Amino acid sequence: MMAAIILVVSLVTMMMFFVSYCRSLMASSASHALSEEVRDVTGIQSRASSRDFTRVMQLLQLCPDRPSDRMGLQAVQLYYSFLSAAQSSISRIAPSFASWSETERASCAYFVAVVLDKRISLSREMLAQQAES
Amino acid sequence: MHLGSAELLIWCLGTALELAFVVCSIARRSFFTYFFLNLYMLLSVLADVARWMMLAKFGFKSDAYMYTYYYTDALLTVVLYVLLISLYSRVFGELRFAKHMRLAAVVLLLGTAGFSCAVVVQQGNRLSHFFAYELSQNLYFVGIILTYLLWGAVLKLRETRTRLVQMVLSLGLYFSVYAASYALVNVAPEVTVVKYASPLLGCLLPLAWCVTILRYSEDSRLAPAQLVAVP
Repeated sequence: MMAAIILVVSLVTMMMFFVSYCRSLMASSASHALSEEVRDVTGIQSRASSRDFTRVMQLLQLCPDRPSDRMGLQAVQLYYSFLSAAQSSISRIAPSFASWSETERASCAYFVAVVLDKRISLSREMLAQQAES
Repeated sequence: MHLGSAELLIWCLGTALELAFVVCSIARRSFFTYFFLNLYMLLSVLADVARWMMLAKFGFKSDAYMYTYYYTDALLTVVLYVLLISLYSRVFGELRFAKHMRLAAVVLLLGTAGFSCAVVVQQGNRLSHFFAYELSQNLYFVGIILTYLLWGAVLKLRETRTRLVQMVLSLGLYFSVYAASYALVNVAPEVTVVKYASPLLGCLLPLAWCVTILRYSEDSRLAPAQLVAVP
């Protein structure tokens, strides 16, 4: 009985820390202004929408990987999947969750767009260095 | 007992990530800024090496391995507790009661040690590895509560330092996941995946801290309002 209570409490706190961790990852990229090029390619102007996520992820696969982004990206991907799954089930019971989840998923899409922007910059720098040498 | 290839791989991965965090800290000139985090990782590596040597020389069921395992575990838990208090000091650093907080932390540590000692004596065991086991277990529980309180303080004090916020959150996630996996062992001991889950989850903390150290500088800031999740 005690172990079951500890399990439930641990799972709840784990969820809370996971959501906050993902939000802290996304918050650090929220102030980053997307370049003109990325805005054209992704179609994201000032604010992203939740529907942009899959498309931006596909674009991200085309760019060279940045190892320092990998874990953050995987955490946000997991968060996005969790939100999508929760939205289809919880939003029927709690309608306010649907709008909150939509905003969160849009933030996930913007985070991925910022990662794409950084990868494009890195690729450009690498090409410039190769051209110089 | 021979370790399976999956267990060996997870063990090596964990040790490599612990070392990677120290290397990243030195590379980013943050070794002394986060001294206790680095100390914990270095001691974890030393504990891994000591356990490995004992396992290879005396075997899994030997007393030597058992004592090494439990005493290194107790030592690591005490250092993890000190690390947590160092994070408290950073969050409350500018407040007047920082000194009182350190004193309270020492009293809490001694109190937990005293309680563990009393439990072991009451059970009629000699003060050997049982004390180390009891102390680790109790300090882990105290750690979960303290991390939760620290997160509350981070939100209340509107902490903006990205590195500090992410380190506290990683620690909270690590403690919660570990507690959940221990509880799952008791609830459903037949679930074999738990056997691999604990050491695998142990890799999460150094990995998350490596990312934090590499990704953000000491000057990185974030808006605290963006951390509160209210559906």
